[in-house]
Amino acid sequence: MLSRTADHLYWMARYIERAENMARVLDVTYNMSLVPDSLQSATSLWEPALQIAGGVEAYRQYYGGITAAGVVRFLAMDTQNPSSIYSVLRSARENARAVRVTLSAETWENINTLWLEFTQFVGMDLMQKGLGEFCDWVKSRSHLFRGVSFGTMLRDDAFRFLRLGTFIERADNTARLLDVKYHLLLPGNEEVGGAVDYYEWSAILRAVSAFHAYQKVFNDAIEPWRVAELLVLREDMPRSLHACFSEITPILEQLSGRHSNECRRLAGEMHARLRYGRMNDIFQKGLHEFLTDFIISNNNLGVEIQRTFLNAPINT
Amino acid sequence: MDNAKQKFFDEMSFPDGTTRSIYAEYAAWLQDVPHQQLESKRQEAELLFRRVGITFNVYGEDAGAERLIPFDVVPRILAAGEWSRLSDGAIQRVRALNMFLHDIYHEREIIKAGIVPATILANPQYRPEMYGVDVPKGIYAHIAGIDLVRTGEKDFYVLEDNLRTPSGVSYMLENRKMMMRLFPELFRRYPIAPMEHYPQVLLNNLRAVAQAGVQEPTVVLLTPGAYNSAYFEHAFIAQQMGIELVEGQDLFVRNNAVYMRTTEGPKRVDVIYRRIDDDFIDPLSFRPDSMLGVPGLLSVYRNGGVTLANAVGTGVADDKDTYIYVPEMIRFYLGEKPILSNVPTYQLSKAGDLKYVLDNLQELVVKEVQGSGGYGMLVGPAASKQELEDFRQRILANPANYIAQPTLALSTCPTLVEKGIAPRHVDLRPFVLSGKTVSLVPGALCRVALREGSLVVNSSQGGGTKDTWILKD
Repeated sequence: MLSRTADHLYWMARYIERAENMARVLDVTYNMSLVPDSLQSATSLWEPALQIAGGVEAYRQYYGGITAAGVVRFLAMDTQNPSSIYSVLRSARENARAVRVTLSAETWENINTLWLEFTQFVGMDLMQKGLGEFCDWVKSRSHLFRGVSFGTMLRDDAFRFLRLGTFIERADNTARLLDVKYHLLLPGNEEVGGAVDYYEWSAILRAVSAFHAYQKVFNDAIEPWRVAELLVLREDMPRSLHACFSEITPILEQLSGRHSNECRRLAGEMHARLRYGRMNDIFQKGLHEFLTDFIISNNNLGVEIQRTFLNAPINT
Repeated sequence: MDNAKQKFFDEMSFPDGTTRSIYAEYAAWLQDVPHQQLESKRQEAELLFRRVGITFNVYGEDAGAERLIPFDVVPRILAAGEWSRLSDGAIQRVRALNMFLHDIYHEREIIKAGIVPATILANPQYRPEMYGVDVPKGIYAHIAGIDLVRTGEKDFYVLEDNLRTPSGVSYMLENRKMMMRLFPELFRRYPIAPMEHYPQVLLNNLRAVAQAGVQEPTVVLLTPGAYNSAYFEHAFIAQQMGIELVEGQDLFVRNNAVYMRTTEGPKRVDVIYRRIDDDFIDPLSFRPDSMLGVPGLLSVYRNGGVTLANAVGTGVADDKDTYIYVPEMIRFYLGEKPILSNVPTYQLSKAGDLKYVLDNLQELVVKEVQGSGGYGMLVGPAASKQELEDFRQRILANPANYIAQPTLALSTCPTLVEKGIAPRHVDLRPFVLSGKTVSLVPGALCRVALREGSLVVNSSQGGGTKDTWILKD
């Protein structure tokens, strides 16, 4: 397929996944702000959301002090912020429009409808008029996108690039979410206990739809290292790093065919680390170090994918 | 309104208000359908078009601003006999135009015979690069949109021939799909000829014009990109034909061949259905500032390494200055009597014509020789004194840039408007395909001027579209 087409498909999927994750972060942060005994200031509550989006500096420059309303506007609707839900959904739709031929009709219509519906939220005061509803809407549109593409698209390279974008982005987002909250998960921290910690941990789980999964898997009180284990090493947890790489590795093998390339090697190496890694070792080396390293490697993999498939050079 | 009914030929009704036989069944059905129901069908269509993204971009508005072309739920109906005459006439015309293009870029017999003046070679649409170049099967206009208007029972005129990158066929196809969805019961009542196979016919023709010796030709559609006004159509047709939709940046030239960049490396391209104007197709040969084209494409094309559809240089044949000679071309090349008539046309480069036009400006339609899309055009009877005066000055500044035609009494067709069903002026654009054979599918784009009394049907000027039903015998 055309390299440019592959590029549009890959980025379209990344942007939709990014919108979903942003909505998840906003949603749990907002819910935590509603906890009656929460002693946290607006800054300690909302700054992590900005950190996950990598937008603290830009926010401070344009908005100044951290307020709930400001962060929500910046992350959800700000047309000047390239990572806002508004901006990434618009980019997703622009990318989709450029390759509508390659998408199944249902997939294209789904993304087009997503954008048409989204315009209703523009100009609305989300803090007043149901941020939760908005976030649910973004999440369900993202689910719908995956469902429609999975259910209607031919299993060809177009589909593979689309899935590749989804999981590269998801791995990045889960790692960032964990990294921003990692201090809560460090062993030794558990004796602090208390209601707030419980809410924090459960919030992380809820942000990746893993609250019930946790209870099913561990059938026990929420322990921080188990939260980390669930989101890093468990293959059966669909938003974990391991689960993402269980999707990425075979896709890259199919795309590469008989050729060996740096993408395949990198992905294989990362996959092996997640597959054979032990949580104890990770904590011993430091969860933060592990996650930082993962985010960088995942990013390098993205660069290699771009170089190998998406901006294919003329002379090959 | 009564006045309008007397003055213009109406597709559905006789002047006395009785219904023409081909519309009888439809009129009976229409009588039983309340206005509200039609209106809700119209809204449903709008919603669907928007959801599917059947939109166009308007130049001069915000980048990315997308609009719908209004869709009218009342069809235009043509009898089998009417259609076969139009169809024969359009095919005849396109055959002659292709022969003319070959001739003008080779021996120029028609100039030698004194039928077309040699000044045509100075027309900016004439491409000297094409002189002596042989194109496969001698076909230049693979896709031609012939604009027809009707003024009476048997009076059809060709308004213009569109031989460069004619658009609108996606609306022809989508309008049919929409009508079948909205009013399935009507399709049981009428024997409507199917035309959904248009993309297949087009693809067969495009494959047929690959260079000799190519076994399984790769055909692509070259678009200026997602911000072009007709992007939806480009995407739609490519998808229907199952071919790649490429942009200039996806193609490159090497060793007298064109390749596309794919995730598996370069792939050879044999036929390019291009929807980019000549001026932008190759920055090395034409506009150097073009970001849309493919550097070196023209040289490969001239050496026969790739086929372009339509060919480079077809503009010289659909220019408004050339139009007046088409009936003569038909006689010259085919030895046949033209089936379809031209609209009488005044050339303002001629002193006599110029004087007549300036004296009768308020009754004429004046167009720029190279204009299209209804831009830069004057409709005398609808213009204010000031507009007439302004246009007079523009004509005087460069008379050769204009032609004029009598204001045609375009036929009207019942159309759904706010107050109910009312007559609105329509035209018709069938698409003639040349390659393996010269043919058209039984269908056409019908454009309708939605504003009361307006004669301008272009979508950029507030025109809408209708499904066109060609009845089987």
